[in-house]
Amino acid sequence: MHDDHVILCRCEDVTLGDVRRMLAAGYVTVEDLKRQLRIGMGPCQGTTCGLLLQREVASFLKKSPEDVPIAKARPFVVGVTLKAIAEAADEE
Amino acid sequence: MKSEIVIVGAGISGTAIAYNLAIRGMKDIVVVDQGYLTAGSTGRCGAGVRQQWQTMANCTMAKKSIEFFEHAAETLHYDEDIEFKQEGYLILACTAAEVEQFQKNVALQNSLGIPSKVVSKEEALKIVPHLNPDAFISATYCRTDGHLNPFKMTDAYYQAGKKLGVTYLFGERVERIDVEQGRIQRVVTDKRTIETARVVDAAGGYAKEVGELAGVRIPVYAERHEILVTEPIEKMQGPMVMSFSQNLYCQQVPHGAFIMGRTTPNEPHGHDLSSSWQFLDAMAKTVCKFLPKVGELHAIRQWAGSYCMSPDRQPILGPTDQLEGFYLACGFSGHGFMFAPMTGVLLAEMILGLPTTLPVEDLLIDRFKKQTTTVYEKSVV
Repeated sequence: MHDDHVILCRCEDVTLGDVRRMLAAGYVTVEDLKRQLRIGMGPCQGTTCGLLLQREVASFLKKSPEDVPIAKARPFVVGVTLKAIAEAADEE
Repeated sequence: MKSEIVIVGAGISGTAIAYNLAIRGMKDIVVVDQGYLTAGSTGRCGAGVRQQWQTMANCTMAKKSIEFFEHAAETLHYDEDIEFKQEGYLILACTAAEVEQFQKNVALQNSLGIPSKVVSKEEALKIVPHLNPDAFISATYCRTDGHLNPFKMTDAYYQAGKKLGVTYLFGERVERIDVEQGRIQRVVTDKRTIETARVVDAAGGYAKEVGELAGVRIPVYAERHEILVTEPIEKMQGPMVMSFSQNLYCQQVPHGAFIMGRTTPNEPHGHDLSSSWQFLDAMAKTVCKFLPKVGELHAIRQWAGSYCMSPDRQPILGPTDQLEGFYLACGFSGHGFMFAPMTGVLLAEMILGLPTTLPVEDLLIDRFKKQTTTVYEKSVV
């Protein structure tokens, strides 16, 4: 399989090719790539692709991965139905 | 570095102003942002666009802006999809006072050419069948209101501006705006000095602080507004559903996710953008009451952004007699994204001394000098 077709973000179907095109176009931070490609915005919230993306950006910038900031961590850790939240709030 | 003008803020307003100045022939335009493209309020907004307002200035800004969105990709030669959908806003009247006020709003909107209408409960349920029929009395509906992707729309302005020679400086914080003998001399960031005589304050939640750097007082404050998004599902809701009195907006975006928000009462002024459980509880309860089916979806991400609140909840645009060469594009009170096409046009026209496309008297900062101002936008969540 061609590298470009490798899926990095399985929630939003973002491929390595998509990421490399955006990097070449000048979007070289994880936050920019997230907003332009939706990478890491799906149900798993970047749990799977986050580190892969960080590594890809690092290799493009010729930096060490730990020098590439990842996307801001936000709630939720796992998806929760709104109904469950509403019911729990009512019980308090 | 020298420039004709420095625009502070690379959100939708800053990028739209830069493009509109460049397309009218201005050279050496520099846009500075402390973060990345759309890092502030633009990238955090609900991205609904509506024309159903209560003041004339907001109605006309919104109407002209929607006309732009309809052809934005072609106008800006943007290859990607801006994901514009026009399936309307359904605004619920939940109190007798709202029923009465909304009739007046629709009359004003219609007089300005906005195709909104009052709809009965039965008609509203045809438009959004999963609405709880017991939660509202009647509604207003405008079919040409809608939604678009804020990242892509901003990127479209950004790319069009760059092709016309606009310089963007990301990750640079404006630390000083030097004024000597009543004139702007330079903007100093944490990385460089830019000689300029003109500055545009399009700094969103930080507009007040950027004004203070130049000694300009702007009567605005930042207020946190929270929002969340669900997992994407197949299409089940066309329009945005909104209630002012019950404090709710909820829309399914073309991608399939539902985006929803509400105002947390008594939110302190400031730049806190953390996520609260208080919002989450109230949001979940409100949406389960109005749209019970949406309550079955998993919420997957919660975040917050700043509203830059003005005294009358209308934008503050244009020059100020406090400082020559300093221009304002702030105070949008949560609606900067949907007004941005006209913000860009009007600012460019005022900066270049051209006749303005719309009357701007109601939008200049000078309006707050008059004690008689009675116009106040109440159609806000």
